[in-house]
Amino acid sequence: MYGFEALTFNIHGGYLEAIVRGHRASLLTAADYNNLCQCETLDDIKMHLSATEYGPYLQNEPSPLHTTTIVEKCTLKLVDEYKQMLCQATEPLSTFLEYITYGHMIDNVVLIVTGTLHERDVQELLEKCHPLGMFDSIATLAVAQNMRELYRLVLVDTPLAPYFSECITSEDLDDMNIEIMRNTLYKAYLEDFYRFCQKLGGATAEIMSDLLAFEADRRAVNITINSIGTELTRDDRKKLYSNFGLLYPYGHEELAVSEDIDQVRGVMEKYPPYQSIFSKLSYGESQMLDKAFYEEEVKRLCLAFEQQFHYGVFFAYMRLREQEIRNLMWISECVAQNQKSRVHDSVVFIF
Amino acid sequence: MSSSAMVGSAGTWARALVKISPYTFAAIGIAISIGVSVLGAAWGIYITGSSLIGAAIKAPRITSKNLISVIFCEAVAIYGVIVAIILQTKLESVPSSQIYDPESLRAGYAIFASGIIVGFANLVCGLCVGIIGSSCALSDAQNSSLFVKILVIEIFGSALGLFGVIVGIIMSAQASWPSKTV
Repeated sequence: MYGFEALTFNIHGGYLEAIVRGHRASLLTAADYNNLCQCETLDDIKMHLSATEYGPYLQNEPSPLHTTTIVEKCTLKLVDEYKQMLCQATEPLSTFLEYITYGHMIDNVVLIVTGTLHERDVQELLEKCHPLGMFDSIATLAVAQNMRELYRLVLVDTPLAPYFSECITSEDLDDMNIEIMRNTLYKAYLEDFYRFCQKLGGATAEIMSDLLAFEADRRAVNITINSIGTELTRDDRKKLYSNFGLLYPYGHEELAVSEDIDQVRGVMEKYPPYQSIFSKLSYGESQMLDKAFYEEEVKRLCLAFEQQFHYGVFFAYMRLREQEIRNLMWISECVAQNQKSRVHDSVVFIF
Repeated sequence: MSSSAMVGSAGTWARALVKISPYTFAAIGIAISIGVSVLGAAWGIYITGSSLIGAAIKAPRITSKNLISVIFCEAVAIYGVIVAIILQTKLESVPSSQIYDPESLRAGYAIFASGIIVGFANLVCGLCVGIIGSSCALSDAQNSSLFVKILVIEIFGSALGLFGVIVGIIMSAQASWPSKTV
């Protein structure tokens, strides 16, 4: 019953909630980012990061450092924390934590299938996969020729199997179909996750509904903007939108017929939470849209920590860490390519 | 006799209720006072304890100060024990001819009510202090200046148990069984 989670949540979830809040305290602050932005070389970045919790992960790296190494080690820290929480979780928290990684699984599947299409080596692709989304038999994806085989050979044994019912066709895999497959899978995943959170009820349902609705709406806008000018028909575009969120159903109908960014902006400005995002951009500009969305997402994720005794803190922590790794990657790339003036284009401060 | 005259016009349920021995009510009251108090204390301790242990991994300095929350919860159980001991000294034997006298019934009900008051007041007090203690541990781990302020809230919460004990003891003080006359 909503409002009385405090009575029984701590039986199974109290310890892990306290641990995840401890992890949250070690996220990098604005002061850390300012120090990092003033670094001249990647070794300086390594030195600054060794004073934070990333120290043990980076200290053994040899001196000619690459940005990919930094990102890989930071991701490894996130994976270690996640696995430690997952092995101590009981139902339904363990299912909830597994749901958080299905997005990465979808990304990995698409990465390998696209890479195979472009004749890349499977081992090289496996190294680029996100570690949170790995599953056994992922390498077999390289063998599949069309979607039906993809499903039958590999995906039927993974947690992604139920998401495939909408996109099994006998068509061969090409770039367009793969993108459509990615978005269809992600739509099914978001809806499934939403239903699972609703079933959990209470504070978890309320907080996660808000976070997932924002995610669904953001994906709808991105799909719309990316498919302007491509061959994707309006009906196909509409099929890729999730069936929940602020924009459902009237916003989706308007987005499906939008043909340029100003029309999209016109649709979004009817919704007050998104109007504040779009008001930061001037007309005709879409480069800063990503950053504006990330900032809004970070603001909502930080708010999830204001309430105790719900599972939303786990989701919020994972997303904030991923944002931090994106920040570190951007800073490292700017430093490595000597373009420090552009550093603040894409760094989103968390605190 | 006197009891049947008293309930002459009442229904069958009222008659059944007053035929239950007052000793039953008194004993149940004592059981509730200690049992439900301990339930409240245990509930509060595990709510605080699980958060405290998890938070102390990243911030070990919070352990010694936050044991106060656990002590406040434990105090609730001690109130229950004290009142149970006081109540059981109030249980006296009366001759079987006087068991269903109005005075006997009154004494039995007084002890029963005292037990319920103390038990349930301590139950909610233990819960209250436990939940606040959990939030206190988590906040202290992030920002140590918050500890004393949240402790003030806990002190107000633990006063609830004291209210229950005071009223319970006053109730039981006037539980006097009929004196042994022929």
